[in-house]
Amino acid sequence: MSATAVPGLGHALDLSSTSPTPFSRLARVELRKTWDTRAGLWLLISTAVLTAAVMVIQLSVVVAQDLNVSYNDFLTSTNFSMALLLPVLGILLLTSEWSQRTAMVTFSLEPRRPLIIAAKFVVGIGLAVAAVVIALVLATICNALYGLLSGDEVVWDLGLANVGGFVLLQVIGMLTGFAFAALLLNSPAAIVLYMVYSFVLPGLFGLGAALIGWFDTIRPWIDFNYAQGPLVDATMTGEDWAHFAVSGFVWLVVPLAIGVARVLRAEVK
Amino acid sequence: MIQVEGLTRKYGTFTAVDNVSFVCQPGRVTGFLGPNGAGKTTTMRVMVGLTPPTSGRVTIGGHLYQDIPNPGRHVGVLLDASAQHAGRTGREILELGARTMGLPSSRIDEMLDLVSLSPAESKRRLRNYSLGMKQRLGIAHALLGDPSVLILDEPANGLDPAGIRWMRGLLKGYAERGGTVLLSSHLLHEVEIIADEMILIGHGRIVAQGDKKSLLAGAVGSGSTFVTALDNRQLSDALAAKGFVVASAGDGLRVETDPVEVGRTAAEHSIVLTDLRAADGGLEDLFLELTSDTQREVVA
Amino acid sequence: MSTTAPGLGHALDLSSTRPTPFLRLVRVELRKSYDTRAGFWLLAVIGFLVLLTEGIVLAVVVTQDQAMTYGDFVAAAAFVTSILLPVLGIMLVTAEWGQRTAMVTFALEPRRPLVFLAKATVGIILTFATIAMALVVGLVCNLLYGALQGPADWEFGWAGFVGFLITQTFAMLGGFALATLFLNTAAAIVVFFVYRWVLPGLIALGAALMAWFDSLAPWIDFQSAQGPLYGMSLDGGEWGHLIVSGIIWLVLPLAIGIWRVLRAEVK
Repeated sequence: MSATAVPGLGHALDLSSTSPTPFSRLARVELRKTWDTRAGLWLLISTAVLTAAVMVIQLSVVVAQDLNVSYNDFLTSTNFSMALLLPVLGILLLTSEWSQRTAMVTFSLEPRRPLIIAAKFVVGIGLAVAAVVIALVLATICNALYGLLSGDEVVWDLGLANVGGFVLLQVIGMLTGFAFAALLLNSPAAIVLYMVYSFVLPGLFGLGAALIGWFDTIRPWIDFNYAQGPLVDATMTGEDWAHFAVSGFVWLVVPLAIGVARVLRAEVK
Repeated sequence: MIQVEGLTRKYGTFTAVDNVSFVCQPGRVTGFLGPNGAGKTTTMRVMVGLTPPTSGRVTIGGHLYQDIPNPGRHVGVLLDASAQHAGRTGREILELGARTMGLPSSRIDEMLDLVSLSPAESKRRLRNYSLGMKQRLGIAHALLGDPSVLILDEPANGLDPAGIRWMRGLLKGYAERGGTVLLSSHLLHEVEIIADEMILIGHGRIVAQGDKKSLLAGAVGSGSTFVTALDNRQLSDALAAKGFVVASAGDGLRVETDPVEVGRTAAEHSIVLTDLRAADGGLEDLFLELTSDTQREVVA
Repeated sequence: MSTTAPGLGHALDLSSTRPTPFLRLVRVELRKSYDTRAGFWLLAVIGFLVLLTEGIVLAVVVTQDQAMTYGDFVAAAAFVTSILLPVLGIMLVTAEWGQRTAMVTFALEPRRPLVFLAKATVGIILTFATIAMALVVGLVCNLLYGALQGPADWEFGWAGFVGFLITQTFAMLGGFALATLFLNTAAAIVVFFVYRWVLPGLIALGAALMAWFDSLAPWIDFQSAQGPLYGMSLDGGEWGHLIVSGIIWLVLPLAIGIWRVLRAEVK
């Protein structure tokens, strides 16, 4: 042993030549964890297959029924499968660590827990962005095929606002799942909560708004799904952004903050 | 009794268990011994119907496991002590078992007492159990229905030395009362002490079986001796002069003859011996030798 | 020991052991549904939501001065429980696999279809218990409504009640069947919510766009096929739709799932 920090003891660990685990390495490892189990792999495959299936069905229907569609219509329909499964991926990213008890291993190799969570977070965003790229490519192929098969004029109505909105939509979907997962640390509970939040709650909010006057005015401020509506057709106004920020704070930031605080303090079993 | 007949289990091209046949007699503890991944667990899983065999069959007391009504009352099974819901308390796990078998709740207290899990420990959830506590709970679960046959996979795993001794006594007593016990282990010393009968398995095949004495009789290592003297050189020369093959081994010598010949030579030359024993190496050498092509580490 | 196979000398004497009675299996499975924290909380949340929903409905109708019947209170609770009862059905099955307790369960009862039958029975028992609770809470809410708002309307529509019992049971069994098929909590929950909340919209869309799909849709849409059950006024064609779509969504996944479990190695 060369450098002894505590000379009296004589056998201190020499840490001078070990650099801390770089963040990029943590992120790469977390990315690998998303597909190296059977469950993760099937989830990714299902997302891809479902997206492709939706597009093939849409293409065959519009061609057979002689309907007029544009590039954006194809892009929007990819949202169906991705908005459904990306958040599940976000949830499993976090909860599989707990249900399979690998958190013990992960946190003993990298005790700086916020970094692990940040790495998972980055991987989630990365996958959402990758999914958007795939969706853009698929929509391009479908729109070109549509032009070939139907003989109609092909409309490429893709604006930067559309793409930006679409990316934001997917990233937020993924992060909402991630936040619920951090809050509950339990796959079934987080998935049920997410499904209720995305499929059941909008209907209930709508019902409440229809019945109660005051609820109608506060709804945009607490209904995150509703606030995301203008993102899809790229018509966000200043007030829409305010709704978006406040409801996003309620559904995204608060659960994420509570969840992360919990993960950081929890005894890992 | 347990009768395994020509059992084979394949996973694709991989053969986990290859034409295995053996019998476990009542009143005896049968040790099932082999290195990691030798096929012990797969064989035991087939016994209790959790893994369908590719060919061959296993009967317990003349019946297929599936045909035994309320099997928990006849066959006690412990395959994996961790295969329980982590959110249940130890007591609750036994409660579910007892109810399935139709046993009174008093039986649970008896079993908890038997495996020395305190009432406070039994109210903790399984995820907070140590490996040894899980193992005790698993043994309690296996014994719950007062079965006449016990099938235990690595029961000593995670037990402390006192726990291992306790389990040894428990299983001995169980067999003496006429029960059939099959336990697996990768730890030879474990099995050597407790088992009346041993089955050695490697690469899915049985490489040897019998009681300790008959296994050792067939061992290749017999007929050599470890000896240590105050003056090893003098002893070595004396033995070599008699025509015995001598090699140095550790602090002493290894001689290719019986201990009695070495002792006689030492006496003739008035050499003081500090250690003299047969170099059969116990079962360990035999075990390593028999399973050498199946070991993960090359044994020098 | 009496010996049935004298040659071997040590056969097990099974003459005095009776097979585990089905009722006992059901009782054990019922206990398993609430003895873990996850199970307990799921049941607690279902009960709590029944209370909460009917409470909110009461508060809303009283403050907004709206007319309400006993049946409306119960229907509101039913809407909410129909979301979580299938999750209950799913957890009954998959908890066994996720936690590997299937090994122990099937070692104690090798007749695996009976274990599944017991679990399904427990699901139905808990579904009925939820409905009973919705009825009682609805009763209290309607009494309060009568006291706060004016005369309570006790109209319930008992014809609808039977349909309601059946649809709630089908909802639970739908989750149960998908769980048996996938043996994985996450997959079963996702597919169930898609089936329940997304698919009807897609089927309607397809039916609106394509004539041939429009005629096919009633045969595959189990949810709309259940609609006429509320009035208990099914005609021959509707029975046909219900049976065919029910086979697709309940019987088929259950059959494939159980077939798989029977053959599978239990890890």
